[in-house]
Amino acid sequence: MAKILEKRRLTPITQLYRVDAPLVAKAAKPGQFVILRVREGGERIPITIADYDREAGILTIVVQEVGTTTRYMGQLGVGDEILDLVGPLGMPLEIPVEGHVVGIGGGFGSAALLCLMRELRARGDTTTIINGARGKDLLILNEELTEVCDNLELCTDDGSAGFHGLVTDRLQQLIDGDGPGRPDSVVAIGPMPMMRAVTETTRGADIPTLVSLDPLMIDGTGMCGGCRVTVNNEVKFACVDGPFFDAHQVDFQEAVRRNKMYVKQEQDSKDRSECMKLAVGQD
Amino acid sequence: MPVKRVEKTPMPERDAVLRSHDFGEVNEGYGIAHAQFEAERCLRCQDAICIDGCPVRVPIPEFIHEVAKGDMRSAAEILRSSNPLPAVCGRVCPQEVQCEEQCSVGIRFKPVAIGYLERFVADWEMEQTDIDITANLSRDQKVAVIGSGPAGLVCAGELARLGYPVTIFEALHAPGGVLRYGIPEFRLPKDVLDWEIEQLKKLGVEIQCNIIIGKTITMDQIMGEMGFKAVFIGTGAGLPSFMGIPGENLNGVYSANEFLTRVNLMQANDFPNADTPVMVGKRVAVIGAGNTAMDTVRVALRVGAEQGLVVYRRSVQEMTARVEEHAHAIEEGVEFHWLTNPVEILGDEDGWVTGLRCVRMELGEPDDSGRARPVPIEGSEFVIPVDNVVLSIGNKPNPLLLQTTKGLEANKWGCLVVHDGSSETSKEHVFAGGDAVTGAATVILAAGAGKDAAAEIHEDLSALVQ
Ligand SMILES: Cc1cc2nc3c(=O)[nH]c(=O)nc-3n(C[C@H](O)[C@H](O)[C@H](O)COP(=O)(O)OP(=O)(O)OC[C@H]3O[C@@H](n4cnc5c(N)ncnc54)[C@H](O)[C@@H]3O)c2cc1C
Ligand SMILES: Cc1cc2nc3c(=O)[nH]c(=O)nc-3n(C[C@H](O)[C@H](O)[C@H](O)COP(=O)(O)OP(=O)(O)OC[C@H]3O[C@@H](n4cnc5c(N)ncnc54)[C@H](O)[C@@H]3O)c2cc1C
Ligand code: SF4
Ligand code: FES
Repeated sequence: MAKILEKRRLTPITQLYRVDAPLVAKAAKPGQFVILRVREGGERIPITIADYDREAGILTIVVQEVGTTTRYMGQLGVGDEILDLVGPLGMPLEIPVEGHVVGIGGGFGSAALLCLMRELRARGDTTTIINGARGKDLLILNEELTEVCDNLELCTDDGSAGFHGLVTDRLQQLIDGDGPGRPDSVVAIGPMPMMRAVTETTRGADIPTLVSLDPLMIDGTGMCGGCRVTVNNEVKFACVDGPFFDAHQVDFQEAVRRNKMYVKQEQDSKDRSECMKLAVGQD
Repeated sequence: MPVKRVEKTPMPERDAVLRSHDFGEVNEGYGIAHAQFEAERCLRCQDAICIDGCPVRVPIPEFIHEVAKGDMRSAAEILRSSNPLPAVCGRVCPQEVQCEEQCSVGIRFKPVAIGYLERFVADWEMEQTDIDITANLSRDQKVAVIGSGPAGLVCAGELARLGYPVTIFEALHAPGGVLRYGIPEFRLPKDVLDWEIEQLKKLGVEIQCNIIIGKTITMDQIMGEMGFKAVFIGTGAGLPSFMGIPGENLNGVYSANEFLTRVNLMQANDFPNADTPVMVGKRVAVIGAGNTAMDTVRVALRVGAEQGLVVYRRSVQEMTARVEEHAHAIEEGVEFHWLTNPVEILGDEDGWVTGLRCVRMELGEPDDSGRARPVPIEGSEFVIPVDNVVLSIGNKPNPLLLQTTKGLEANKWGCLVVHDGSSETSKEHVFAGGDAVTGAATVILAAGAGKDAAAEIHEDLSALVQ
């Protein structure tokens, strides 16, 4: 069990939680994740460790409410316990190249850049974050991200804040020498289409790039193989070998297809959890 | 006096058609009359060789004699003194290659139904409300147990009985190992497992779930700042193997571990009341022919498959599943494709499984395992149309703990190395047993290893205080 100590709404569907989890906080490294379950009979879902405070024993996570479990999570308040929380899972992110690292975040992915970019900057890298969203109201954690990197670049599809365009458009400008300049390496965390686009952008420019794959997972310890992805024509278990992989070697098509395996069941489950929510509301 | 009867007293079973749609236990268990009737078949041999067939040397004729006399309490005490998990083993041991294979009655007749009797006595014990267990943790040397499968549970129980404060660390959110996530409810009801775990808690054993040793905390922390004096590693062999054939990552392909975990641990059979789904189409092919394969194909029927198929490259003689599971699977309508080796999983344009391309095999010379080696028959390829494929071709030990623990040795298969005839690992005060050492094996071997390790840990720690 892990108690929720703080909760903050970032967008209409995204909330940030600070959670009491001393053992996990103490062991956590940037790029790792936890698996949590919020009710009996509930699913185990992976969530990235956005930040950690070793001394205080607190983890920060950011959850985007897209389906049943993430919505149940959204209903928990300060003082409530998360039924099960296990971690840290996965391999910590390793970026070999020292130099200019550009972190690109979209959706909950921007949160995952917090501890990561802080650490890279501390070891001497020049750090740029491109934080992207459809519009201004969906951009998350701008203040916190400013503090952990050298340059924060905002991008919105509708131009309501920062650069008007896709993160990859801005990335291309940096590659061409604009602003903080050409990256020596890139790490992208966010929705699959965004990571895919980033991958194509850096492929041509030959810039080492890591992406954080988010296949469906159950145990997170290598026991089920449900999280398998193909990288460089080899099968990998994302929960233990990843979640970060060399973007230019990832079979994205397969990864996207495998994530859609349960779309129908997920919709049924979501409809049902919505009915249950209504039923509770009527009491 | 022993009575000569050719056949075993039959196990009352639920109807195959009814049971193959639910998770209720298939074997209903002997009543007292069945048990005493069967117990009379035991010859009470002077030199009871059945005991040699049992990895933990249950004093078989002794407990069976008590059953015949009607003294179930004594029977239970005798049983428990040697087998800490009788209700589990009575249900899942491969008796036909252990105790019952040796049984003297079996030379001319069917052997005594030792497993059924063991289960009967253990179930009797579970129903008693006046059996008192209290914690007596008189010692101060703490012991950590990693993993809560049969090896870990038994080791922890034995140590607690000896007075050691024991903490079990389990990676998953519920304890039991394969008994929880692998073996389905219709073979091993979760109530039986829960009862065993309840007894351990009464003995004072602490179980901490959601802790992965090597990730959440390290072995060094356990032995250092956390103050544990000895460790038992019972982390099992939970890493699924894949075949490496084309199409394994298509949608609708599972490892047996994933398929069974979705149902047994996550309750996908109760979706959408429970939140985890499992995807079964009309025809489900399971590759392999061990207990795991039988469990998988029978679970598939119970979560909605119309036809379950088992596809195995060797013949029925080489099958490793318990005979009873194979028989039950046949009764439930499972189709067996022996001497059939899958070479490719076929899919449609959206990436969903549509079929399994196979090649027919014939048996050749014996291989390393002593079993006839299956060799492909040229030009015999054919396609079995299926909607799901579940791979059940074996598991290896999980490397997580090894990767983060200095000084712990493993062999080339990833199994922990222990000193000959002992459970001591290459690291001081660290012991190991069960599937983590042997590779995928059996419940009773794991339980026996846990028990032996507890005795060794006791010896090791006793030497420390002197
Ligand atoms: C390593 C890793 C780290 C992650 N970190 C975070 C995080 O920090 N914050 C966060 O909000 N989410 C994160 N996710 C994604 C998160 O696990 C899923 O959103 C969650 O499992 C959805 O559960 P649900 O029951 O709410 O929705 P479901 O009912 O399972 O699904 C609802 C919808 O979301 C889609 N979906 C489900 N799982 C995924 C997935 N893994 N990736 C993309 N789409 C998915 C489904 O296709 C469906 O359309 C991470 C995933 C992984 C593998
Ligand atoms: C589907 C199936 C059916 C079977 N049927 C039979 C049968 O009928 N009869 C029979 O005798 N045998 C059967 N077996 C085999 C038997 O279940 C195993 O041999 C036995 O469970 C091994 O016990 P164990 O304690 O060594 O490991 P496991 O039961 O595998 O338990 C290991 C536990 O350790 C945990 N763990 C692993 N790593 C860590 C870590 N780093 N930190 C914390 N915890 C960790 C795991 O989560 C797991 O809970 C079957 C196996 C399967 C998979
Ligand atoms: S533990 Fe297994 S092998 Fe031993 S007597 Fe019981 S059923 Fe037979
Ligand atoms: S989630 Fe089960 S192996 Fe990765």
